[in-house]
Amino acid sequence: MIELSNVSKTFTLHNQGSAVIEVISDVSFAVAPGECVALTGASGAGKSTLMRMIYGNYLTQAGAIRIGDVDLVQAEPREVIALRREVLGYVSQFLRVVPRVPTLDVVAEPLRALGVSAEASQARARALLTQLNIPVRLWSLSPTTFSGGEQQRVNIARGFSHTYPAMLLDEPTASLDATNREIVLSLIEEAKGRGAAIIGIFHDEAARDRVCDREIDVSRFTPKAAA
Amino acid sequence: MTPLLSVQGVTKRYGAHIGCADVSFELYPGEVMGIVGESGSGKSTLLNCMAGHLTPDAGQVVFDTRADGPRDTVTMSEPERRMLSRTDWAFVHQHARDGLRMGVSAGGNVGERLMAVGERHYGDIRSKATDWLERVEIDAGRVDDRPTTFSGGMQQRLQIARNLVTGPRLVFMDEPTGGLDVSVQARLLDLLRGLVRDMGLSAIIVTHDLAVVRLLADRLMVMKSGRVVEAGLTDQVLDDPQHAYSQLLVSSVLQV
Amino acid sequence: MTDQDYNFAYLDEQTKRMIRRAILKGLAIPGYQVPFASREMPMPYGWGTGGVQVSAAVLTPEDTFKVIDQGADDTTNAVSIRSFFQRTAGVTTTTKTSDASVIQTRHRIPEEALTEDQILVYQVPIPEPLRFLEPRESETRKMHSLEEYGLMHVKLYEDISRHGHIATSYAYPVKVEGRYVMDPSPIPKFDNPKLGDMAAIQLFGAGREQRIYALPPYTQVVSLDFEDHPFEASKADHPCGLCGAEESYLDEVIVDDAGGRMFVCSDTDYCDARQAAGYKGKDAA
Repeated sequence: MIELSNVSKTFTLHNQGSAVIEVISDVSFAVAPGECVALTGASGAGKSTLMRMIYGNYLTQAGAIRIGDVDLVQAEPREVIALRREVLGYVSQFLRVVPRVPTLDVVAEPLRALGVSAEASQARARALLTQLNIPVRLWSLSPTTFSGGEQQRVNIARGFSHTYPAMLLDEPTASLDATNREIVLSLIEEAKGRGAAIIGIFHDEAARDRVCDREIDVSRFTPKAAA
Repeated sequence: MTPLLSVQGVTKRYGAHIGCADVSFELYPGEVMGIVGESGSGKSTLLNCMAGHLTPDAGQVVFDTRADGPRDTVTMSEPERRMLSRTDWAFVHQHARDGLRMGVSAGGNVGERLMAVGERHYGDIRSKATDWLERVEIDAGRVDDRPTTFSGGMQQRLQIARNLVTGPRLVFMDEPTGGLDVSVQARLLDLLRGLVRDMGLSAIIVTHDLAVVRLLADRLMVMKSGRVVEAGLTDQVLDDPQHAYSQLLVSSVLQV
Repeated sequence: MTDQDYNFAYLDEQTKRMIRRAILKGLAIPGYQVPFASREMPMPYGWGTGGVQVSAAVLTPEDTFKVIDQGADDTTNAVSIRSFFQRTAGVTTTTKTSDASVIQTRHRIPEEALTEDQILVYQVPIPEPLRFLEPRESETRKMHSLEEYGLMHVKLYEDISRHGHIATSYAYPVKVEGRYVMDPSPIPKFDNPKLGDMAAIQLFGAGREQRIYALPPYTQVVSLDFEDHPFEASKADHPCGLCGAEESYLDEVIVDDAGGRMFVCSDTDYCDARQAAGYKGKDAA
């Protein structure tokens, strides 16, 4: 479902003496439907960078990243947008929303973008918010004012509202209490169960061991600083 | 799929000065594209060339018309182009008073495009106008009030209603949130997002506000000195800018 | 007797030729505003300088000339224009509609149907019907050339939204031969139906604005309206107090300081003729 072949990435900092920083080189791996793969490695090893490349958020200089039958590296922006709408979900660590939009609409939005009716989208959003223990009284408020843990759960609800065949999870259980952590892990297991291919970053080792089938140590692909 | 708008080598000079040079891109149905750059980078010139307000010195602006398929709007006759701008196109000005008739009631402002395309039933026109006022969150009771009695945010929403009432397919926006309070901006952005999604609109938004494009635009073009220096997915250009100027632009934004 | 100090009908021959060319062009394109080089006339703008120039260009020594102002032959404006052409053209003048070959008018069309042998010359203050909503002349000219007349209906829409009905009661816009939208000059909308299919030639002159336009005989003229608010030619719902006419356009006249009033025909010639024929209204002495 997700397949990386010989993927490399450099940053060129034009405004800082045109320094070229090679961050990832020659990554190849594949994730099958129903499989969950953890990216591991020390902080700064490039886990998040790699994940952002797989989402198309960072530009990939070389290689191919295939999600289903689309190569993200070559795809037109509109193909990437369609892919993100229909196939590729992403739960980031940070919630980025239009200010003042109610939480319920934030969570329902991915389904609305797919053309699902307002009623059906909101029903799904309500179910997820209930499951993730977001109190009903908060649903009509914008999540921008919520606590870190609440924002994280809203973000997860949003990321799981549509049943994406491929998902990227960046620290989905960070800043969650035991109960909610358990709920999120079960959501991940449920997604695996229906055949989603998942790539995740988990600092929480117990969580990683529970949901992930394999680990890929990203530091293997990090070029050693050219001393 | 046929692009809704295909811009090929559009160039506009003001004497020796370059307005915009050799701009090419394609916009597909349902896409929202942002154009960013500092003042004088040519983004407004480009927008006005595309919307038929300026005639480019070179290049084509091919629009996929409902009746005849792709047509170059630069070479089509003026009546045809003006007809497009009343039906399939919409233009949202930065200053609402440039896009509204300030001496005409809100209902008359919204109804004008309907009357321009031949609607002659007062009751129908009025009920459509009222419906649109509600869609842009203006109390229907204000249908007979003049825009001069509206706040800046309401005027901007009225301008949007006036533009969208004939169900256009392509909306040009020139700094649509410029000059509005931050809180009003947010509401307008949310409204625009909803309308774009529900009506399947394509839009081209010129702005210098990177936060606006992040929230509204799928794609982004960065312009400098009349030329496009970088283009791509909005979040990719903002989070991983490739060109020196884009990097400078992104890194210059104050963090809140 | 012509005052010998003046060329026939005051204007020089070149000017009259220029105005006639504008008139002919206007007749060829009914409803289209033809620019012309309006001259200074020995009267202030707003007193009918456009109408006077058109009259001067069409008058011949054999013509019989009539001038009405709001339907009346005896107001200052009507009297002075009549005497102006008496002095400068030496033409016969009349107050009788059927005797006149050229009638200059401000704000009315005579009640009596005109014939193919007559010319009706209107004085026009603002020839541009779109001016009210679009002040840019460059833009209104483009709108005319591209037949973009939606704005005209915006004006009527505003009327209905504010008053519940189309409150425009004079200078009511019309569409000519399905093409040009035209301002009929500030005639009451009661007169609008007479504009269309008229036997006489109708010429419109705007002196300050330097525009001439025209309706040749038997031109189709339609008053703009909405399907659910159709055009109505309205008048005060009274008979004439002097001649008892039911169908003529009336002026309201206040007769004392106790709110007493009467309605009389605005067309004085029409009213006089009816009274002479023995018709009597309730206020007739």
